[in-house]
Amino acid sequence: MSLRIVVAVKYVPDATGDRHFADDLTTDREAVDGLLSELDEYAVEQALQIADAADDAEITVLTVGPEDAKDAVRKALSMGADKGVHVEDDALHGSDVIGTSLVLAKAIEHIGYDLVVTGMASTDGTMGVLPALLAERLGIPQVTLLSEVAVADGTVTGRRDGDAASEQLEAALPALVSVTDQSGEARYPSFKGIMAAKKKPVESLDLSDLGIDAAEVGLAGAWTAVQDAAKRPERTAGTIVKDEGEGGKQLAAYLAEQKFI
Amino acid sequence: MAEVLVLVDHVDGAVRKPTLELLTLARRIGDPVAVHLGPGADTAAPVLAEHGAVKVLTADAPEFADYLVVPKVDALQAAAAAVSPAAVLVASSAEGKEVAARLALRLGSGIITDAVDVTAGDEGPVATQSVFAAAFTTRSRVSRGIPVITVKPNSAPVEAAPAAGTVEPLEVSFGELATGTKVVSRTPRQSTGRPELTEAAIVVSGGRGVNGAENFSIIEELADSLGAAVGASRAAVDAGWYPHSNQVGQTGKSVSPQLYIANGISGAIQHRAGMQTSKTIVAVNKDAEAPIFDLADYGVVGDLFQVVPQLTAEVKARKG
Repeated sequence: MSLRIVVAVKYVPDATGDRHFADDLTTDREAVDGLLSELDEYAVEQALQIADAADDAEITVLTVGPEDAKDAVRKALSMGADKGVHVEDDALHGSDVIGTSLVLAKAIEHIGYDLVVTGMASTDGTMGVLPALLAERLGIPQVTLLSEVAVADGTVTGRRDGDAASEQLEAALPALVSVTDQSGEARYPSFKGIMAAKKKPVESLDLSDLGIDAAEVGLAGAWTAVQDAAKRPERTAGTIVKDEGEGGKQLAAYLAEQKFI
Repeated sequence: MAEVLVLVDHVDGAVRKPTLELLTLARRIGDPVAVHLGPGADTAAPVLAEHGAVKVLTADAPEFADYLVVPKVDALQAAAAAVSPAAVLVASSAEGKEVAARLALRLGSGIITDAVDVTAGDEGPVATQSVFAAAFTTRSRVSRGIPVITVKPNSAPVEAAPAAGTVEPLEVSFGELATGTKVVSRTPRQSTGRPELTEAAIVVSGGRGVNGAENFSIIEELADSLGAAVGASRAAVDAGWYPHSNQVGQTGKSVSPQLYIANGISGAIQHRAGMQTSKTIVAVNKDAEAPIFDLADYGVVGDLFQVVPQLTAEVKARKG
């Protein structure tokens, strides 16, 4: 039987751009160009490798986001995923991670799955909790923050490199895995891949398709509220000296003056 | 006064510093109740009491070590049911965040992660976060349920505040999902004898300019002269010069020490995201145009192979 893999990806504002907040204190997704979150490329890559190792597999790329978020799905399709699902609904604007996880979980159930793959965190919100939330909602094991992953005989195995220890994990499918940026470089889409992606199907869904009440999501449905956001004050210009042979000593004098020595 | 649950981060009962910081923050909101899971409660309880825990709820079972995340969620959920807390505080480690998230969902509560400060507010605790690679500071609160907040290390001082610290066993029944992900083996990281990167008061980091694994010894020597932790940029880690566990930046650790010394690090956004909130930033780089100098309180434009050993020698001389 075919291994059904769903990769959840996020369309994020470019981290190298001048990111800021909109008037309603949500992330401004207009002012800065968006793209497939870099950390989700690792998820797509590992899904492709797992699919290659399986006899028969199908990879669906799933995203929730505004119209442009389709670009993130296209990028993943050009890397080699088979089909896409894009959940878009005006009522989603301002959803927090609890709301987003609800929509993703419903969409994953709608698609049908044996394995869910995600990145370690988004590069905009950077919470890193969505994988755990998805596992909780779907009622499946979470095998998260893996730097190595393999699927064989209905079992997921992987290595989780934590602060205190490196752990070897194991869980039965269906399961959710998240992979880190240590899991292996993501491939670049080939020209052929880019052309093929244009013909791959992308299903568009809205909240009613998933049976979700609009009141459960969006800014009003969020279980957290941002009260205010302030630009961090620019750091005051420091003292920059050119090393003329005494740079280390000058630096030591500065550190002593600041009472670090 | 309302009780505030604090999940204890410990190694066999040795309480890690971020937990003591959480107790400081919990006391601002209510009476801290520590939740100690796994072995070593006897060792941990007096330390927790000394720092403000009015109660220490303890549970030990093989599941906590043998299975990932979910057994701890089951236990914390049981603790929340037992005390009806005003908030739940968890350290922002990888596991801490995952435990907190699943707990929040079960409690029907909102979650805030990676807070750098928590204060009491009229409508519940207010959490300060540093976002968009520390370009913005936000203040947020949980608007539904019992606030679940994870807090980064170095966000509050450790304060002595002796309290009763009454030890009470916590009844935990594990759900079906608790044994879903088995920890087949665990290889502890070898201790370097240096402070934990995220907890250190001083961090000395090396980047592309260090130019080789063998050269990291000069970064380590400077770190050791200052009693500092060692960090590395993504470029240095990707090149295989230093372990990923020491990576500072967006996909590594986020640090906020009193002093951060960046050596041979250009200061790309990915790196800045992990260290921009450091109190004092010092940079050594041969490229005067490197963006790291925009952040630096003190910078030396020069060859780190000259500057750093000279600095190390001078630090040692001054410390006598």
